[in-house]
Amino acid sequence: MHELGVVFRVIRQVEEIAAENDVTRVESVTLSLGEVSSVIPEYLIDCWKWAVKRTEVMREAELKIEPIPAITHCDACGTDYPTIPHGKICPRCGSGETWLKQGNEFIIKQIEAE
Amino acid sequence: MGDLRVIEVKRSIFEDNNRDADRLRDQLRRENTLLINLMSSPGAGKTTLLRRTIALIRDEMKLGVMEADIDGEVDARAIEAAGAKAVQIHTGGMCHLDADMTRQGLAALGSEAFDLVVLENVGNLVCPAEFDTGAMRNVMLLSVPEGDDKPLKYPLMFKNCQVALINKCDTLAVFDDFDCERVKARILDRNPTCRVFFISAKTGEGFEAWTDWLREALSQFRGGKLDAPVHFDA
Ligand SMILES: Nc1nc2c(ncn2[C@@H]2O[C@H](COP(=O)(O)OP(=O)(O)OP(=O)(O)O)[C@@H](O)[C@H]2O)c(=O)[nH]1
Ligand SMILES: [Mg+2]
Ligand SMILES: [Zn+2]
Repeated sequence: MHELGVVFRVIRQVEEIAAENDVTRVESVTLSLGEVSSVIPEYLIDCWKWAVKRTEVMREAELKIEPIPAITHCDACGTDYPTIPHGKICPRCGSGETWLKQGNEFIIKQIEAE
Repeated sequence: MGDLRVIEVKRSIFEDNNRDADRLRDQLRRENTLLINLMSSPGAGKTTLLRRTIALIRDEMKLGVMEADIDGEVDARAIEAAGAKAVQIHTGGMCHLDADMTRQGLAALGSEAFDLVVLENVGNLVCPAEFDTGAMRNVMLLSVPEGDDKPLKYPLMFKNCQVALINKCDTLAVFDDFDCERVKARILDRNPTCRVFFISAKTGEGFEAWTDWLREALSQFRGGKLDAPVHFDA
């Protein structure tokens, strides 16, 4: 399952950051997650709850997810439009010469810790 | 209880994997081992391809294979029987390998100066295409029964490979709506420099061109002339 692999990566990185910052306990981890980043937030949180129990510093840590809206840019007419309802075809001019401007991010934004 | 503080991180988890992948590529360059990442749907014929390939080239180079599977050891045993050293990497339910798991797999394979190591990735056309494993070349295998529309449905997989092998060409008479020219055009549309070979791992059709490509890649790698692939973009 994709979400589980991703959760292990996040945990590994948070553990590194915790060690660098002399953290004894992680309270929460905030992710910025693009709308079309190929992971499903609900699954991510389920995997998280299971996986953090196997760690030391982040046993109780909460996972917070901040969505980043997906926006596509059309090269033909210069419009930015929301990706989810319209996909690759520009709703203004019908062109397919479009590219994803934002929305596939997967970023560890911040950690609350003591 | 101490005071809570906020640590700003702003780190992409894919960037982190890309760094691990670059580190592994440097290590493999020093060790003179060419690593190839083989990806496909379940059952497209990866293990059968490897067995036939090993039989053709095992006298020319020292070969290792890493079999990534959710569970089981069937594939690794089949590879050993064909004459290459093999390890099974159990992914514990994960749908792809990342660079760090690949590094661990290489360590398990041992340090016997391999010329070529092939990673048989988890059977899946989506997730493996998002994670750079640290391989120098990515090869994807599409089998005829899966249909010639797959490059349209899984564009990332076809964009992030340097070679596409179209396998099970012995079944073209049965799957007669599979159009070889059309599938090639659809792949090149997404990835203009991709090499496309039509093969059958069952009959051996097309293996001369494929093994020639392998030999050429290995000789370029040894001469320091094989460029690292660009990072996977999602
Ligand atoms: N007709 C035909 N059958 C093939 C060919 N290549 C593989 N097969 C058959 O396809 C089935 C699956 O082949 P494998 O080599 O196990 O496929 P795989 O991609 O390694 O499968 P997983 O590791 O389970 O994802 C086997 O029954 C093979 O005999 C081919 O070129 N032609
Ligand atoms: Mg197999
Ligand atoms: Zn437009």
